[in-house]
Amino acid sequence: MKKVAITAVGITKFNKTEKPLDSMMLSAIRPIFENAENLRQDDVDVVLTSTNANRNYLANIISELSGIKPKISHSVESLCNSGTNSLVSAYAYVSSGLADIALVVGADKADNPGLVLNWDMTRGEYVHPIFWSSMFTSAHMRKYGTSLEDLAYVSVKNHKNALDNPSAYFEKSFSFDDVMASKNLTENVRLLDCSMPCDGAASIVVCSEEKAKKFTDTPIWISGIGQKTISASFTKNNDLASMESTKSAVADAYRMSNKTVDDMDVVELHDAFSVCEIIELEDMGFCQKGQGSKFVRDLYDTDNRMINPRGGLIGAGHPLGATGIAQVVEIYQQLTGKAEKRQVSNAKTGLVHNMSAGSTSSTVLVLES
Amino acid sequence: MTKFEDELKNNNFVCSNCTKCQHLVWPPSDFCNKCFGDVVWTPISKNAKLVEVSSKDGKNFCIAEFEENIRVFGTLSGSSRPNPGQNLTLEHCSYDGTPKFVFKIE
Repeated sequence: MKKVAITAVGITKFNKTEKPLDSMMLSAIRPIFENAENLRQDDVDVVLTSTNANRNYLANIISELSGIKPKISHSVESLCNSGTNSLVSAYAYVSSGLADIALVVGADKADNPGLVLNWDMTRGEYVHPIFWSSMFTSAHMRKYGTSLEDLAYVSVKNHKNALDNPSAYFEKSFSFDDVMASKNLTENVRLLDCSMPCDGAASIVVCSEEKAKKFTDTPIWISGIGQKTISASFTKNNDLASMESTKSAVADAYRMSNKTVDDMDVVELHDAFSVCEIIELEDMGFCQKGQGSKFVRDLYDTDNRMINPRGGLIGAGHPLGATGIAQVVEIYQQLTGKAEKRQVSNAKTGLVHNMSAGSTSSTVLVLES
Repeated sequence: MTKFEDELKNNNFVCSNCTKCQHLVWPPSDFCNKCFGDVVWTPISKNAKLVEVSSKDGKNFCIAEFEENIRVFGTLSGSSRPNPGQNLTLEHCSYDGTPKFVFKIE
């Protein structure tokens, strides 16, 4: 397989506007062609769009509107991890030699239909994601003594990190007391424990090694990929204090990249809800099971930004089809030293974790400078 | 309206059962997800075990497991708070756009 590099990225402000999806995608693509000196539309031979918007022929429409006539163009949809799924598809096209340069763009609106998986009848009448989140929370509290205070620190930390992210939806900080006092959606999920559905778009160019040299002196290599789907139904995840698909995906990504958790300098993980960050840190090996809350508290107390430096989904917002790509954009910026106030010093290796539908499916990427 | 939804509306919880390998296919499907065998509808026992519980606005909701394979979200009647592993009984089921299950504690 050929090596595959990320050579350019683009991202929009995450917000809520009347702007149509096509225009949001183009807004994320424009900076790529503005900033990459030698890249022209004619160079791009794959265009992949990532969205939950149920839009027909979207990749072809975006190609035409971008002045690109690709060999391959199609959409990728996988609810909340659509973005990294589309990047993995782009990786496959380039690493196989079927294409040299792929443009991946993801976007969603705040009211996109991917927020609830109506097919999943195992959820009964409890279709909204707050209910699966509440079950994870109950199980983690019961098994490991996690408290509402522990959960609040995830939200406080990620909202704080988002203040230095110009693309983030939230532009204000929330105190510990703010989170503790925010509206109870269930007995253990508060409003500020939740990621905010919003509008947003993000894009990435991936290239073969020989092409990457033409466009940048600082390519970021995709060295590890792990993906696992255990089901579409939430209730198939047997241990509710853990995420089966994440454990499988991260093991594959570490194996492929020849890296371990100790090599990771900076991480974007899928904090759809506060409890998700705690469970994912444990399941990806950053700490022992049951120690995720303490790990988060230590990050907060020491102002350590290695986990979710852009504010995660809780601080930055969650435009589903853009989320995984925005996570990769952040790690790209961190590894190229372009993360400005959010910069994690001397970051050389990063991890992206993106999951769907209560972690029935997970994608993990390892990126290296 | 599927047979599954129709039966729920009549307070019957049924699931597809493989005629070849006898696997209970959940969520219901036209084919077995173990062997692609044909399936027939079969009633599910009303006995379940509590997997996990939480509450919203004072109303308990839970995940319950039937037949060691079939897990669903549902509502717990009454105000008692059971523990995981405790026995439940399916008190009522219906369908109104989504399946609805109501359990009582044994």
